[in-house]
Amino acid sequence: MTKKLVVIGAGMASGRMLEHLFETQPGAWDVTLFNAEPRGNYNRLMLSPVLSGEKTYAEIVTHDAAWYEEHGVTCRFGEKVLRIDRAARIVEGANGPVPYDRLVIATGSNPFMIPLPGHDLKGVIPYRDLEDTERMMGLGARPGSKAVVIGGGLLGLEAAAGMAAQGVDVTVVHVMGHLMERQLDEAAGYLLKKALEAKGITVLTAANSKEIIGTDGHVSGLTLDDGTMLPCDLLVMAVGIRPNVALAQDAGLAVGRGIHVDDAMVTSDAHILGLGECVEHAGAIFGLVAPLYDQAKVAADTLGEKPASFVPKEVATKLKVTGCDLFSAGDFAAGEGRDDIVFRDPSRGVYKRLVLEGERLIGAVMYGDTSHSAWFHGLIKDRTDVNDMRDTLIFGPAFQGGAQADPLAAVAALPADAEICGCNGVCKSRIVDAIQGGAVTLTDVRAQTKASASCGTCTGLVEQVMALTLGDDFEVQTVKPMCPCTPLTHMDVRRLIKSRELKSMPAVMQECGWTTSCGCASCRPALNYYLLCDWPGEYQDDDQSRFVNERMHSNIQKDGTYSVVPRMWGGITTPGELRAIADAADKYQVQTVKVTGGQRIDLLGVKKQDLPDIWADLNAAGMVSGQAYAKGLRTVKTCVGTDHCRFGTQDSTGLGIRMEKALWGSWTPAKVKMAVSGCPRNCAESTCKDVGVICVDSGYVLHIGGAAGLHIQGTVVMCTVKTEDEVMEYTAAVVQLYREEAAYLERMYKWLDNVGLDHIVQRVVTDGDSRRALADRFFYAQQFMQQDPWAERTKPAYRALYAPLADFTVEAAE
Amino acid sequence: MTDWTDIGALTDIPARGARIVKTHTGCIAVFRTAEDEVFAIDDSCPHRGGPLSEGIVHGRSVTCPLHNMVLRLDTGIAQGADEGSVNTYAIRVESGRLMLDTARLQRKSVA
Ligand code: SRM
Ligand SMILES: Cc1cc2nc3c(=O)[nH]c(=O)nc-3n(C[C@H](O)[C@H](O)[C@H](O)COP(=O)(O)OP(=O)(O)OC[C@H]3O[C@@H](n4cnc5c(N)ncnc54)[C@H](O)[C@@H]3O)c2cc1C
Ligand code: SF4
Ligand code: FES
Repeated sequence: MTKKLVVIGAGMASGRMLEHLFETQPGAWDVTLFNAEPRGNYNRLMLSPVLSGEKTYAEIVTHDAAWYEEHGVTCRFGEKVLRIDRAARIVEGANGPVPYDRLVIATGSNPFMIPLPGHDLKGVIPYRDLEDTERMMGLGARPGSKAVVIGGGLLGLEAAAGMAAQGVDVTVVHVMGHLMERQLDEAAGYLLKKALEAKGITVLTAANSKEIIGTDGHVSGLTLDDGTMLPCDLLVMAVGIRPNVALAQDAGLAVGRGIHVDDAMVTSDAHILGLGECVEHAGAIFGLVAPLYDQAKVAADTLGEKPASFVPKEVATKLKVTGCDLFSAGDFAAGEGRDDIVFRDPSRGVYKRLVLEGERLIGAVMYGDTSHSAWFHGLIKDRTDVNDMRDTLIFGPAFQGGAQADPLAAVAALPADAEICGCNGVCKSRIVDAIQGGAVTLTDVRAQTKASASCGTCTGLVEQVMALTLGDDFEVQTVKPMCPCTPLTHMDVRRLIKSRELKSMPAVMQECGWTTSCGCASCRPALNYYLLCDWPGEYQDDDQSRFVNERMHSNIQKDGTYSVVPRMWGGITTPGELRAIADAADKYQVQTVKVTGGQRIDLLGVKKQDLPDIWADLNAAGMVSGQAYAKGLRTVKTCVGTDHCRFGTQDSTGLGIRMEKALWGSWTPAKVKMAVSGCPRNCAESTCKDVGVICVDSGYVLHIGGAAGLHIQGTVVMCTVKTEDEVMEYTAAVVQLYREEAAYLERMYKWLDNVGLDHIVQRVVTDGDSRRALADRFFYAQQFMQQDPWAERTKPAYRALYAPLADFTVEAAE
Repeated sequence: MTDWTDIGALTDIPARGARIVKTHTGCIAVFRTAEDEVFAIDDSCPHRGGPLSEGIVHGRSVTCPLHNMVLRLDTGIAQGADEGSVNTYAIRVESGRLMLDTARLQRKSVA
């Protein structure tokens, strides 16, 4: 006797289940299939190729009318199920009830729509079904149309790439710092962004949507938190999905995030099964089809009274967006006892990362070359012991099984025309020729062939060729790498940031072949500085790559409190300022008030959560951060000069104030201190400052490269100038040259030792064009830098970061 | 026994950053890594009590802001040549919310 089976939802999961059912239990069931969409089952995954124009809807239909008829399925398409009456075992469709013996709920997911103001305007759509796809395709038909996609996950990017392929001007707005953060690490996210940008798509990361703007009830744009306005004719929200549980919930089934099912796919009602994205199994919900197909088979078996149980498996993501070769699988977070193997080929745009735990491969992320992804995925799934192939694992299966190769032997075996340096197209024979022609050091080889002179990642290979050719005569140059994440030196990295226009941290790490996925506590602050210095106005400062003092804009104390030092321009203050400082000291119970060696006042021992308030108070009295914590301009000390002193030759106080006002806020490789003394008696101690001015009758003697720290170092004279304006230009120029050339944490005197005074005099004094260009670059950058960090951090968005996340001491007291 | 308590949203913590939770027995630092994993450990460095929540976060480690000791976030153990460790606390993310196991805190304060 045939039993009555009702299925709600004609989607990917239920479609697969019906196939199994008709195959294993032919004639056993009388099936009624409801679908809210006005059509039967099609391959939802293939909507993206339909959108981009590579396929038509007809090509992605999985079950057509003939198939349903052949299997006697009563199709109620375009009809929503409104209610389930479990007591009577009846399903109520919009056009009438149907009784069941067994019921399968396979209602999929609902796209989540962020309830931004304006989300209910016309033209704000999700990306889920054929209707949505057709809306997007319709846009492509109109020349000059614009779309915004909110969400930089798999779905959002497919929508964006599809529309871009149709000629639409697309902007992706993503709230996280990099694209597809759930599947990709930052490095792969960077490469993906680059590839999408190459397709003409604008990608905004770390961007917060604020409001959807409409005209006559139809969407016309999106505004972001930072005020950016993005005009658009269509807005696609692809920010996530929620299991569609409404029917099950109303019917009183057990529901968590999804409809609860057991291993046999049965819900809390023995007559009802759940299947697909709408279910929750053992705490997990689903968003990719692979596990749903396994569920479909189990559900079919359960209906046939055959014992079966669903076992979730490792899933991999392979992104299908045209032209982006991308793969991720398993768990790719770094961790205790885990090792990363990272391979980057900057010239081909390849990034591969394997994560190993003990003898096993547990995760993989690849971009640009996914040729062995199936093999890697297999190793992860099967938990294969990979210990023996560890060294060559990342090169793929072809390299396994042979004897452990000697790297020199491998280089020796390379043919003469093998390319060694991809950036400059230098082959092995050219390097050998150069060596035989007399080049003996890496620098010689670089100068003559350009091999390893661009990105530098082939340096090791070039050295191996040299070792082979020169034999014992070859000594590897010992250059100190920046940190354990890279073989490159600080100077190599600085050069590459400029020459290859690298403008973000992931860009540097990829293009320079970093061996870690997100750097370390040594290289991140350095890179953040280099990028900020080289790309003013473009690079977004990264707070999380700064040492605590620079992140908190206060000096941390040994007890975890902070010190607050407001600027006192040139050491000059007023009764009003002093009163405000005194009030603040009282109000926030400052432990110590001290006059510093830098001619200003330090409030020591302020609690972290009070920082924004004390800053706001000091700001209100007209004071800004003294940056006593910064690798940047600290103070400009002055003496009383012609204003009062009987020996004073120039207005040293006025000039000091002018210098501090022009130079504050600039970030530098190490701290920079300055002083202006009114005469050679040098009361402001100018001759132990990074830049010191000594006023004389005929003008100003400019000193550089002093320090009085760990290493007491007197200044050297750079030059003498006649006017205050010249002091300003020369000072800005020498500071800019230092900013551009020094390694991070290298104080000015060390840089001077490295490059020599002649070089500095040449660039800043002798060559006027060079000086003016340096000064121009400095002042250009200053327009972005001179924003009081305290004022910014008293804004509500920042304030929260200074408060505890939760406070159990208060709760318990209640 | 566990007692999962909602202490805020994942997005309340900047990626590669930390926030603290105050308890009667001292502060706990809650970290969020670049890959959106979360960890909770004592906010006091085994060296000289530095506030670990203010350190630079890289991979699954944090570098203490006071004297650069590197600690694993998952085990609380110091890396490299340094010795020492801090307590770790169970924490997980559920639908974007941070759930901290406070059972251990209560036991600690009763003891
Ligand atoms: C507050 C102050 C001492 C004082 O009470 O007078 C001070 C305090 C600190 N100094 Fe200093 N230095 C202070 C003037 C100086 C001076 C004198 C000067 O600037 O004329 C020097 C010698 C001049 C020089 O820098 O060449 C000085 C040489 C140092 C050094 C050694 C620098 C070097 O290159 O060798 C350090 C260590 C460092 O920067 O790495 C240092 C580091 C520090 C730090 C920031 C240590 C730290 O990292 O926590 C101290 C912060 C205390 C705090 O929480 O506020 N401080 N320090 C002075 C603040 C000046 C200001 O108003 O900004
Ligand atoms: C554009 C796009 C691309 C994708 N790409 C991939 C990919 O590359 N790889 C991958 O693994 N996954 C991908 N997915 C996800 C995949 O499509 C889903 O995981 C899968 O379709 C879920 O199957 P399902 O049967 O649970 O739900 P669905 O396929 O959504 O089917 C549910 C059906 O139930 C109907 N329904 C809901 N409520 C009712 C009701 N009350 N009455 C009647 N009918 C109802 C709905 O109309 C719908 O047709 C993609 C999804 C989309 C939208
Ligand atoms: S001299 Fe040493 S102890 Fe004193 S403030 Fe400067 S750094 Fe701190
Ligand atoms: S207190 Fe952490 S390293 Fe010293």
